[in-house]
Amino acid sequence: MPVQKSGNGGLDAILAAVDPKEGTGWHGLARRDALNRLRTMGLPVPRDEYWRFSGPGPLIWPIEGTSPETTRPPVDCTMPLHASAAVRSVFQETDCLRMVFIDGVFSPDRSDDLVMANVDIVPLSEAMALDIHWSRDLFGKLEADGQSPIARPLAALNTAVARNGFVMDVHGQVPKPVCMVYLRETDQSEAIIHSLVKIRKGASVTLLENGPGAARLNSVLEIDVEQNARFDHVRVQGRDHDRVAATHQFVRLARESSFRSFSMTVNGVHTRNETYIALRGDEAKATVAGVCVGDGEFLHDDTVFVLHDAERCESRQVFKKVLGNGSKGVFQGKILVRPGAQKTDGYQISKGLLLDGTSQFLAKPELEIYADDVACSHGSTCGALDEDSLFYLMARGITRSEAQRMLVLAFLEEAIDEIEDLEIAADLRDRLAEWIARHSS
Amino acid sequence: MTELDSDFSAREGVDQATVDAVRTVGGAYRYGFSTDIETEYAPKGLNEDIVRHISARNDEPDWMTEWRLAAYRRWVRMSEPRWAMVEYPRIDFQDQYYYAQPKSMAESRPESIDDVDPKLLETYRKLGIPLKEQLVLAGVQGAGETPADGRKVAVDAVFDSVSVGTTFRAELARAGVIFCPISEAIRDHPDLVRRYLGSVVPQSDNFYATLNSAVFSDGSFVYVPPGVRCPMELSTYFRINAENTGQFERTLIIADRGAHVSYLEGCTAPQRDTNQLHAAVVELVAEEDSEIKYSTVQNWYPGDAEGKGGIYNFVTKRADCRGARSKVMWTQVETGSAITWKYPSCILRGHESQGEFYSIAIANNFQQADTGTKMVHLGRNSRSRIVSKGISAGRAQNTYRGLVSMHPRAKNSRNHTQCDSLLIGGNCGAHTVPYIEVRNDSSRVEHEATTSRVDEDQLFYCRQRGMDEEEAVALVVNGFCKEVLQALPMEFAMEAQQLVAISLEGSVG
Repeated sequence: MPVQKSGNGGLDAILAAVDPKEGTGWHGLARRDALNRLRTMGLPVPRDEYWRFSGPGPLIWPIEGTSPETTRPPVDCTMPLHASAAVRSVFQETDCLRMVFIDGVFSPDRSDDLVMANVDIVPLSEAMALDIHWSRDLFGKLEADGQSPIARPLAALNTAVARNGFVMDVHGQVPKPVCMVYLRETDQSEAIIHSLVKIRKGASVTLLENGPGAARLNSVLEIDVEQNARFDHVRVQGRDHDRVAATHQFVRLARESSFRSFSMTVNGVHTRNETYIALRGDEAKATVAGVCVGDGEFLHDDTVFVLHDAERCESRQVFKKVLGNGSKGVFQGKILVRPGAQKTDGYQISKGLLLDGTSQFLAKPELEIYADDVACSHGSTCGALDEDSLFYLMARGITRSEAQRMLVLAFLEEAIDEIEDLEIAADLRDRLAEWIARHSS
Repeated sequence: MTELDSDFSAREGVDQATVDAVRTVGGAYRYGFSTDIETEYAPKGLNEDIVRHISARNDEPDWMTEWRLAAYRRWVRMSEPRWAMVEYPRIDFQDQYYYAQPKSMAESRPESIDDVDPKLLETYRKLGIPLKEQLVLAGVQGAGETPADGRKVAVDAVFDSVSVGTTFRAELARAGVIFCPISEAIRDHPDLVRRYLGSVVPQSDNFYATLNSAVFSDGSFVYVPPGVRCPMELSTYFRINAENTGQFERTLIIADRGAHVSYLEGCTAPQRDTNQLHAAVVELVAEEDSEIKYSTVQNWYPGDAEGKGGIYNFVTKRADCRGARSKVMWTQVETGSAITWKYPSCILRGHESQGEFYSIAIANNFQQADTGTKMVHLGRNSRSRIVSKGISAGRAQNTYRGLVSMHPRAKNSRNHTQCDSLLIGGNCGAHTVPYIEVRNDSSRVEHEATTSRVDEDQLFYCRQRGMDEEEAVALVVNGFCKEVLQALPMEFAMEAQQLVAISLEGSVG
């Protein structure tokens, strides 16, 4: 299938702004390849099939007066954090190893010592300087694999220019979660983050991510899960209203490995979360789930691609979106089953709950199946809160607004259920309840 | 299931009726014969002169010629759509005949069916299409000689580019219903045609619709006046006979206020090694309180088991539910064609209007089908229902592609979509590409889709009871399609059920 092409307008301007210095280290070749890919693909344009519901505009327009990393004022560690961090931070009470990035740049002062059993974590900026590195085989490779059949130019751009992020090598069971905190401190910051996670045979780790990252964030996370290994991921995309983000996860799963990822998004004018999962080994399992709650100027797009390329694999996609005051929720999910990927079990559900007449839910749940012994299904629904359910609760003495909040939370529950760690799930549930209470009053 | 030899001898206790029934079901494409008839062609290729030639052939008024030319001029600037999941070599649009007509028809238009060239009548007899004004016994086509408890079906028979005859016209006229070839409607009812033609599928709609607007030949025109319930089923039977000839039929059906009409469409073509082009446009207009039921059994020649030959079927079908409480129901059984590219749609403009789409698409061997529907909800309380059953076998690719759109002012609207795919064998593909766009909170949209293969347990159960594997698969598949088969008018349901079995022939084992 041909890779979709789009216009090249503006690409040079962007490249000039981010200054793609040719890398000389182990990542240099990957960066040159990525740049070539990007030039062939061009930047996304609104008429591209995969951008029809959420135009790429805010993700590629120049941010005035920015140039990442260079003009950023020095960080004063004593100054109060931006509004996003003023509220009690998510995962604050979780016992974990913290790594803090401010406007996309690793901050050793605010981070814990990056020392923990069974895992080696190094900021990308440091890893790049190392002579020989295992990440040579991963950096930009999974991203390149994920460019077909649908082009993801923003991810190629990321590989070509990113200087920040982390590199994580997991070689056993990691005792505590690793938590990435992405803070935003300047109004017009732009961050490009590229991270690699390698989970070796039989190893396992939980990665938590929290925070907006920057005024505009472009992130790529490449995750290689080896045989029998396990990766759990919970991400909370900062409660920062003006935030613009394009995030990408590229995942490769080997035999009998497992991958679970959950994202929670409240606020943010424009978010596009792309996930590309390749089930390459037999009996691998992947789950990707998400909830988003939008109020007002809010666009949230989940674009998921699951490739079944081995036998007896399972995949699940569960997405719930609550949309009010003119916000827009988008879901584009696809399951592709290659010839020979027999006994595939693929499941996908996307549901939109519209709280008023100005909000929108746009979905494109796709199946493309080339093997016969499979059970694949998808469902997609959209509607308002059920009047009968509201009536039932109100008949029991619950006020209308309280009943509405209960039903909204109940609606989101199916996706939250996909989080395996019950404490984290409970924490996120509480936060959603608080947020909904604040916004429904 | 191979064709039964003539010296086939039935086991003891098997009666002749069973043998005959098996004989009809068996055998590959039943309509692959061609009629040896003198045909007059317009010169090969397409240019403004050809468009004028087609227009002149139909004695069209100037406005119609201009309308066609405008479409042609637009078409030359357009490019072929490539977004569908179908692959085929580039079509040379200059290497086609755009107009072919049996010579006997060219010399003098027959006054009645009795004047039609007997060879043509014989063709339709062989196809099982009753061109005599006779009753049709439900389910058994061509058995009209016994007018038992039959129902009347008026038929318009289109052979290559011309209509050879329309039955029951007088009786329909008494009810006020106009049922005639569109070429005749342009001459006799210009006001109606001018008012409605292109109002649902505009000239500029898409590449194939624009091509059709420029070169369309015959098709049916139906007008049902206010308050009239059409006294019988109307049907058109399309037959492509001439080689290297495209068929570009255009059908326009108008149900005025409170009118009610059921229309059937059937199509076949001879078995040929080369691909042939078929690009039709069907426009339905449903005014207030009216109802149109449009059923298709598409059985164009699908190509042989190696994928050689077959019809390229690029069709634009759309209904405009203009009036309040209007209702349109599309039912299609797509078993033929090498390539199917077809999305019968409903624009639900009227308040409380209703659109339904029932589809069975079967692709076997090297067939490729990309089909589905669009339900565009504009009116308040409008509702739609989509049931799509896709079956892939052999090396075929079968795609459901659809859109359900709820506009902000389509308050309290409803949609339910169900699309199921069945895979028979490991070399075929089944795909689902639905677009769901909801822009108001009071509407409810539900979409569900499943893909699976024929259930082993069900097959085992059938085999245990003595069915061979193909029969068992046909039975299971018929069960899978039941919801759609039930939506078909009785005459078609029987035929469709048999078609399902025939189309899957050779897919097992």
